[in-house]
Amino acid sequence: MRGLKKKLKEATLLQLGLLAALMAGVIIVSTGMGYIKVPAAAVVKVILGRLTGQAHFLAGFDSIIPTVVMDVRLPRILSAAIVGGGLAVSGVVFQGILLNPLADPYTLGVSAGAAFGASLAILLNIGLLGMYSVPLFAFLGATATLVFVIYLSSSGGGITSNNLILSGIIVAAILSAGISFLKYVADEQVSVIIFWLMGSFGSKTWSDVGLTLLFVGLGLAVFIFFARDMNLMSLGDRTASSLGVNTRRVTMILLVTASLVGAVCVSVSGIIGFVGLLVPHMMRLLTGPDNQRLVPVSLLAGAILLLAADTITRAVLPSEIPIGVLTALIGGPFFCYLFRRQHKARKIL
Amino acid sequence: MPFELDGLTFFYEDKKVIDDFSINFEASKFYGIVGPNGSGKTTLVDLLVNHRQPTEGRINYRGKRLSAYSKSELSRQIALVPQNFYINFPFTVKEIVMMGRYPHIARFAAPSDEDWKIVDAVMEKSKIVEFADRYVTELSGGERQRVVFARALAQNTPVLILDEATSNLDINYTISLLNIAAAGVRDAGKTVIAVMQDINLAAAYCDYLVFIASGRLVIHGPAGKILNSETLRSVFEVEAKVYFEDYSNCLQVVFRR
Repeated sequence: MRGLKKKLKEATLLQLGLLAALMAGVIIVSTGMGYIKVPAAAVVKVILGRLTGQAHFLAGFDSIIPTVVMDVRLPRILSAAIVGGGLAVSGVVFQGILLNPLADPYTLGVSAGAAFGASLAILLNIGLLGMYSVPLFAFLGATATLVFVIYLSSSGGGITSNNLILSGIIVAAILSAGISFLKYVADEQVSVIIFWLMGSFGSKTWSDVGLTLLFVGLGLAVFIFFARDMNLMSLGDRTASSLGVNTRRVTMILLVTASLVGAVCVSVSGIIGFVGLLVPHMMRLLTGPDNQRLVPVSLLAGAILLLAADTITRAVLPSEIPIGVLTALIGGPFFCYLFRRQHKARKIL
Repeated sequence: MPFELDGLTFFYEDKKVIDDFSINFEASKFYGIVGPNGSGKTTLVDLLVNHRQPTEGRINYRGKRLSAYSKSELSRQIALVPQNFYINFPFTVKEIVMMGRYPHIARFAAPSDEDWKIVDAVMEKSKIVEFADRYVTELSGGERQRVVFARALAQNTPVLILDEATSNLDINYTISLLNIAAAGVRDAGKTVIAVMQDINLAAAYCDYLVFIASGRLVIHGPAGKILNSETLRSVFEVEAKVYFEDYSNCLQVVFRR
């Protein structure tokens, strides 16, 4: 039995190592892909050169190449990877605390709130903070929605997952009607709204990378800290409480953190579905439901997946299609397949 | 003295569920809590494990307010086998039993050899070794209940609280699990507090019975003294005969249809 446990642990480390290596590879290769091709070795040299400040690494390149790599492609690539990882881990957490395998970062209406906020900012042409007003409004919309959903579903005895999910659905339905109305009155900006809603990593900057990295990093630390408590919470409230978990407090902390991570991701990238739902499912097949393993593995897998999807739409397809549409078109059917397979194997997702 | 309950009262919204409940639970005793459906038994359990807090009155655990203990301190003192044991994610049986050791393992530490030994021993005792590596989501209700019971045993606490912990088990496993609990009381000085639906099982295993109806303590005492037809009539409104049975060496109850 000890041997088995050891093997499992080593397997997790191995999985993490492989995924991390794969992610580094995908980042480098995808940075080289696009209208201007850059060989992988050159990408590595340019990055090293910029990081270390050693000019001789940059010698011998066309002067446009460092700009393409560092200022155009890497910010987009890294934001795609970080958002993918963020959506995936918050998916793990939502499924864990809502005890519902169909939950994802958007279940509580966070995405609808963000979409409403963004649509409002676009429609009213709010230029308060320049290019940051749309993400800021999206974030505010998402957090306001979260607060309202928690208020709606809480009663004296704390909050139950059923109440949360129902409140999320109700609020999301109201907000989508609101978004439809905004589109209806929007005239010329309607295309901007629609385009934002479908998600994109185009023209991301290093400050987007920094912002998402900060929130996803903090979120990840919180999730890893409470990973064991999340395991216990899947045994039910009473049992978790009798095993030393302050269920009410931990649920609230995880709920708010996961929603904020989701909100930041949405506000940077627009609405990208299925990553938060699909990645935790796929990874659970690999690692089992133990959140101590599932959280880090999902982070890396989500990052790789969304980055790959973004690279496909950016550099492989003849013309760019919105990333949100692509993930839904690929992720949706794949989820149906997974669902059907596990269903047949009589395994609960 | 593990538990001292004094004037315990609990309101669920406007409804008084536990009404002025005072009793002590001692070490080395097997207590049976018996009462009709909806009489407040599970709420009493919730109060004993500090899952809910009393509206009035107080509970002391070893001389200190129960609410003054931290969750993690309590999890090393009191283990609970709950009534509902639905588990949503496909953990293996072994992983679930190991969760009973979590209160004894630091947050980021791996289980020690000692923890694995305890888990193995508990699975052996509870007769669940044969499905140690199966997913808990694939087990039948009764199998899962045995896993949950084993998880509570792995917690290795001075107090074990059973909330209808054998409701889904056949008589063979019921007896074997209650024997494990009774052995803990006899050999290790543990306190077992068991909510029970089956009065004959309660009579066979419990040193001490506590009858509860509408949230009130009706009568409590050693089974031999208080288990009789008057008690059963006043608590359950049934006609019953109580007699000593040589074969089982304990009191038995038969009911009129």
